[in-house]
Amino acid sequence: MAPLALRLTRRLALTLFVLWGAATLAFAGMRLVPGDPARIIAGGVQANATPEVLDAIRDQYGLREPVGVQYVLFLGRLLRADLGGSYQLGRPVSSVIGEQLGPTLSLAAGAAVLGFCLAVALALLTAGRPRVRAISRVLEFCSISTPNFWIGILLLAAFSFRLRWFPVLGDEGAAALVLPCAALALPIAGVLAQVTREGLERALDQPFALTARSRGATENRIRARHALRHAALPVLTLSGWVLGELLAGTVVVETVFARQGLGHVVVAAVRGRDFPVVTGVVVLSALTFSLINIGLDLLYGLVDPRVREAAA
Amino acid sequence: MTAPGSYGVAALPRLRVGAAQAGVALAAAFFALVCLAALAPGLFAHGPDQVNPALALRGPMAGHPLGTDQLGRDVLARLVFGARPSLLVGVGSTLLAGLAGSAWGLLAALGGRLVGEAAMRLADVLLSFPAILMALLVVAVLGPGTRNAVLAITVALAPGFARVVRAQALVVRGSAYVRAAVNLGLTPARILLRHIAPNVVAPLLILATINVGTALIAGASLSFLGLGPQPPAPEWGAMLAQARDYLDASWTLALFPGAAITLTVMSATVVGRALQARYEGREAG
Repeated sequence: MAPLALRLTRRLALTLFVLWGAATLAFAGMRLVPGDPARIIAGGVQANATPEVLDAIRDQYGLREPVGVQYVLFLGRLLRADLGGSYQLGRPVSSVIGEQLGPTLSLAAGAAVLGFCLAVALALLTAGRPRVRAISRVLEFCSISTPNFWIGILLLAAFSFRLRWFPVLGDEGAAALVLPCAALALPIAGVLAQVTREGLERALDQPFALTARSRGATENRIRARHALRHAALPVLTLSGWVLGELLAGTVVVETVFARQGLGHVVVAAVRGRDFPVVTGVVVLSALTFSLINIGLDLLYGLVDPRVREAAA
Repeated sequence: MTAPGSYGVAALPRLRVGAAQAGVALAAAFFALVCLAALAPGLFAHGPDQVNPALALRGPMAGHPLGTDQLGRDVLARLVFGARPSLLVGVGSTLLAGLAGSAWGLLAALGGRLVGEAAMRLADVLLSFPAILMALLVVAVLGPGTRNAVLAITVALAPGFARVVRAQALVVRGSAYVRAAVNLGLTPARILLRHIAPNVVAPLLILATINVGTALIAGASLSFLGLGPQPPAPEWGAMLAQARDYLDASWTLALFPGAAITLTVMSATVVGRALQARYEGREAG
């Protein structure tokens, strides 16, 4: 088999393993909850369920089967992409997730674009320039150390309550997306800017930069056209980390701005111990995470021919 | 949240040596002050739960230097008394994760091929989705509360520690002094405790200090979501969650708890980085 195909097969196998592990963890979590699962399911609807109601729930969720049988049934349903029904919302988990995916994706995508652009701009402007670099480093350190929900609250206080530039709540229109994206993007931009600048400074020290300079290329052209491409590789490696930060950040930022979305749903599900929903989000994010990492692996080859040659 | 040893809060601006040393001293002093507040809050303030509706939602003023909250409680007193639950989640979970991660990593490095593979694949699975989701899953199982938030963040951070410890243990195991100890016929338990563990612990302690920042932010996030310490505990993240609802009345209410979190995270990171620099034999910074 060609090395690339071999590598892909191996990665896909690992992905399947990770998904199985995530699903098993979620299932184990569900079973580890102290107390009668039927009562917990009923707890979301009514606190003092009658024995009849509990019996009905046991039938509906197959809780009478031995745990092993339940586990196999659970995995079988997952294979058919059937995530089960939400205890609290009384609807299929897949439709709940499908509905909420859109707002979360637009928030995460907006924040990712904003974060990367900010980071590249900062790095291009400050690489190899000691004075501005020192200022930029302090700012980056501050942005990295600040919890994004605090950034969100401060932005709300300043731009929504004081200046009234942006709506306070809700998710209608592009204006409502600006502050959440900024809150989510700033800590990410801090890290990315540091890594990009380091890469740029390394690249600017290399002979090819000198060659381009001696041919009369302007400093800005060398930075943007030649060095940036070399700085891109470590930044690409961080994309998986960025995705994790975005997923984690949406959970909090959606709460700050009272937005619809997956983060909002998962927090409500955790509070109400709505396991099918929690399981669904966990498995989905493990899948996204693995697929993105495979995609990145392929992208390395495109960005850096040396990786391609080494793999061939 | 970030896995230990990767980026995240662990990066720091490089400054000139004099400025850097002053910064490290300042950070260490601030962190010590926060720890002191956590141990003995009564030294700094009184009555975090003292309600005074007549003075609700005021800005900084005489008698209440940081203002009052929606029930007229003194914000400064609540911040001081909030140091304990906040640090408990941040520092406590880091310590537990360090311990669990060390055992896990040592087992993976020294427990033979099969055990090692199983331990590291488990870490792969746990690290394959964002740590906050892992923590949320744990809270979903155990329910909200201070102890459970600590456990949740412990579970989220431990696999990262396990990876680092395993790598370090493998390096140490391959070193000449360990081979010498084996050749001298020492028992495996003695080699593990006397020769391998101490050389794995120092880098681990530094890593843990740097990770306190990550854990603090994670803990504050959980409390902000209402899943950590429960009211009326004056935890900083929970204070921010309440302040969020009174932003139009008093924006300073949201200012101080967030500043407390950020400054504590910064000081822990600066101290951790300085320790690391010293351990690695570089100048601070």
